[in-house]
Amino acid sequence: MKYYDRLVFELSKPGRIGFSLPEGGADLSAELPANIARQSALGLPEVSEVDVVRHYTNLSQMNFGVDTGFYPLGSCTMKYNPKINEEVVPQFNGIHPLQPACTTEGVNEVYEKMDAALAAITGMKHFTFLPCAGAHGELTGLMLIREYHMSRGDLARTKIIVPDSAHGTNPASAAVCGLEIVVVKSKENGLVDVEDLKPLLGPDIAGIMMTNPNTLGLFEHDIKEIAELVHECGGLLYYDGANMNPLMGVVRPGDMGFDVMHLNLHKTFSTPHGGGGPGSGPVGVADKLVPFLQTPRVSGFHGNFGVILRAYAYILMLGKENVKMAGRLATLGANYIKESLKDCYKLPIPTVCKHEFVFDGLLNDNGVTTLDVAKRLLDYGFHAPTIYFPLLFHQAIMIEPTETESLETLDAFIEVMRKIAAEAAEDPEMLHSAPHNTPIGRPDETTAARQPKLKFA
Amino acid sequence: MGKFCYFPQTEEDIRVMLKRIGVASLDDLYSDVPADFMYKGEYDLPSAMSEQQVREYFEGLASRNPKLKCFVGQGAYDHYVPSVIPYITSRSEFLTAYTPYQCEISQGTLRYIFEWQSMICALTGLDVANASMYDGPTAAAEAMRMCVASTRKRNSVIVAASLLPIVLDNIRTYAKYAGINVVVSESIAEDVAEGVLDLAGVIVPSINRYGVVENHDGLAELVHSMGALLVEYCDPSALAVLKTPAEWGADIAVGDSQSLGIPMCYGGPYVGFMACTQALMRKLPGRIVGQSTDASGKRCFVLTLQAREQHIRREKATSNICSNESLMALWCTVYLSLMGPEGMRKVNALSYENAHYLYSELLKTGKFEEVFPDQTFLKEFVLQPLCDVEKLQKALLDAGYFAALQTEEGWVTFCATEKHSREEIDALVNIVKEI
Amino acid sequence: MSKIVEGLLYSESHEWVKVDGGVAIIGVSDFAQAEMGDITYVDLPSEDDEFAAGESFGALESVKASSELYCPVSGRVVAVNSDLEDAPEAINEDPYGAWIIKVEMSDNSELSKLMNAAAYEQAAK
Repeated sequence: MKYYDRLVFELSKPGRIGFSLPEGGADLSAELPANIARQSALGLPEVSEVDVVRHYTNLSQMNFGVDTGFYPLGSCTMKYNPKINEEVVPQFNGIHPLQPACTTEGVNEVYEKMDAALAAITGMKHFTFLPCAGAHGELTGLMLIREYHMSRGDLARTKIIVPDSAHGTNPASAAVCGLEIVVVKSKENGLVDVEDLKPLLGPDIAGIMMTNPNTLGLFEHDIKEIAELVHECGGLLYYDGANMNPLMGVVRPGDMGFDVMHLNLHKTFSTPHGGGGPGSGPVGVADKLVPFLQTPRVSGFHGNFGVILRAYAYILMLGKENVKMAGRLATLGANYIKESLKDCYKLPIPTVCKHEFVFDGLLNDNGVTTLDVAKRLLDYGFHAPTIYFPLLFHQAIMIEPTETESLETLDAFIEVMRKIAAEAAEDPEMLHSAPHNTPIGRPDETTAARQPKLKFA
Repeated sequence: MGKFCYFPQTEEDIRVMLKRIGVASLDDLYSDVPADFMYKGEYDLPSAMSEQQVREYFEGLASRNPKLKCFVGQGAYDHYVPSVIPYITSRSEFLTAYTPYQCEISQGTLRYIFEWQSMICALTGLDVANASMYDGPTAAAEAMRMCVASTRKRNSVIVAASLLPIVLDNIRTYAKYAGINVVVSESIAEDVAEGVLDLAGVIVPSINRYGVVENHDGLAELVHSMGALLVEYCDPSALAVLKTPAEWGADIAVGDSQSLGIPMCYGGPYVGFMACTQALMRKLPGRIVGQSTDASGKRCFVLTLQAREQHIRREKATSNICSNESLMALWCTVYLSLMGPEGMRKVNALSYENAHYLYSELLKTGKFEEVFPDQTFLKEFVLQPLCDVEKLQKALLDAGYFAALQTEEGWVTFCATEKHSREEIDALVNIVKEI
Repeated sequence: MSKIVEGLLYSESHEWVKVDGGVAIIGVSDFAQAEMGDITYVDLPSEDDEFAAGESFGALESVKASSELYCPVSGRVVAVNSDLEDAPEAINEDPYGAWIIKVEMSDNSELSKLMNAAAYEQAAK
């Protein structure tokens, strides 16, 4: 990657244009009343088409993506994004979201078939496709839980139980939904402490949000008991689908007793992350919640249709034959890396993991932190793992390989991780200042936050 | 196991890996899962297709959506999408990248987000913009939350009844569960002046659901005198020619940037924008990119002010938003780079000309009456139909036009953009004449 | 080893209190600032805001963390150190000099629930 230091504004030259539009147009300075017309100049760049193409091509070359290399990124399931997915979308570009159903038969079929496919994979009854991302799905799912309780006149259920290992979006979504958060602790072995849970359950509990496997990559094997306890007290179970990948084709959340769940199509169903979005977070529900499924209007039209299309193409490629291997191979890769590195990195919980696992820093750290290890990985052409999460371990390094990575890729990653462990012993200073081979080095984040400069001026 | 192009493991690879782990089979990796949860049946899914079959299947599906000429807006606009945009946004370095938490290998994403923030500030006239929201309606709901969070112990918002129905729906949904009191108002100034006790904010459209450009003279002063914040919901394309939220004195501007070069695609993915004054910077939800320098003094860009966000502040975060619509923000950033100030004026001038031509030609047919004769509109308008609306819509659909969508009031809405030719408009009007 | 100043009172959430007649001057301890790292922003309340003991009156932010500030005593805010808006680093540099707010106490007896320097030293260990 080479460093390129321009902003499109800096390429601007007055009078230059990059658009091609028909002749004509109204004289708006005459037509628009002065009291509603824009007064200030519009500070956009004036550049040619070739300027734009070169500028953004140069920018792209400072970016790492799944097509560039391996992302061992825990909690974020960065699998390969198939190209056929991309190809199908433009054929649907010209459809207005408010067109009558009789003119969108092809679109309608996508929604119907996706609903059925996701129901088959998860054991839920039906899905809503309105949520545009995972956290948006969480919020929608919690709204559905509240709708359910309210419909029964049970207005006292205003608390939601969230494990201490949960993704940050769980408590945040619950707060946005007007719920009070009650934290349930994890045991030494990383699993939800059922004994700690029991006294929390009562008539004020709307439900519990669970991630299974949890954020340590461990299957919550007490889930059956937890489901019974929560249902007994009148609460519902929410399944955070961010970690669905290892269970795809193996275990269905509906069978475990979950009442509501979301899926991240941009994780488990191979749609690209796009540098942070767009995603899609369809929410599935069990029978008794189906009547409420369309009540929360959480986005403008029909959700991120273009993302749903991509995921549908992936499901058709996968089919009932290959779906059974997706989760198993993801789990295989994670355990392989774990076993191959546990003599160099601290493995706090040594049991079998699912799609991901957590190291707690180097075994012999020599002052080298998890951040140093992560940054050094960038030098070797790998994305960094998720670090300092979950919060249960101070030097957490969370690794998730996904099923689309070959043995050779995993071996190359393992070799580099071992090399970094050796470098930590020999030359910790070099690691403290890593990365060394990237377009930029470590940034000054403190000044960026103290004196924010957030736009071109 | 059959072979599958997205799974690179050979049977030998699997054996090697299982051996290293010390288990005999893949299912042994699930020994911690209670046996009755292991799904033993066949998944009720179609059989795997070849890539060619998938391609043909979607071509078949696409052909079942008749190609229509679109003359409806209502939150999704059929503007021209320059060829450069999909070319750039499909570059896999952008498309397949993760959220730019590792700034050293994400300068591409971080730079375009910084440019996007700068362009949204230019359009709205406000000081700070975030890296994007899901869409316009959710951005409006987040703006409502921001008003409540930024004003101590205030929990009511007044929202204009003239906001798009999809925007009102989202605001109501978010408010319902958060316990925020929403007053939908037909006459904003009067209702604000009357004095809602704990008024946190007021949300008004720049262009309303009838296409009318609203005049908010004096509103900001009034809202501020009540200790509340003013939010304006805007079509960012139109802000190139209309008085900006900053010029009206608004504190927050939100809207959907689909009109900036994003295809309609049956409603998504689009991208919401959100901008605010400097004073509210720390209350802005979502990711924000800032400029900094690296250890050697090189200019670089980083995610900043992250302490507001859910991954740090958890339940005390300003919002739960995590994934946003980054790639769609790139669509708009490339669009605005190509268009520049002149192109943006021209898009509006052409849309205005076409819409006003359509408006006057439709009136000439004698089948409509004006609803807002003295109001200004840009590209979208409503008319009172004097004919049978169902018949009208059917005749238009049969001829390949999506137009004359009915409003709650029984009016019909039309929208024209720079994409429409005089011939297309004349043909539409001829169909109307024949009803 | 973080610095603890004699003569101040301390809360379990690491705020210090200096009593000046009926007014409590409030800041955060050296231990708290060290845990946070470089402080980038202090979310301050406004004058005349009222807080109950234990209620959050603001927050400290660093690049990777955020920490609520809890009011050790009940009362009305009579002064806010607005210098911190532009120079949050003052808390890192001089935690016992960089006061955050002054509160006119509504119930002086609440002070007895706070720790003295010796007790805080034990608690912060």
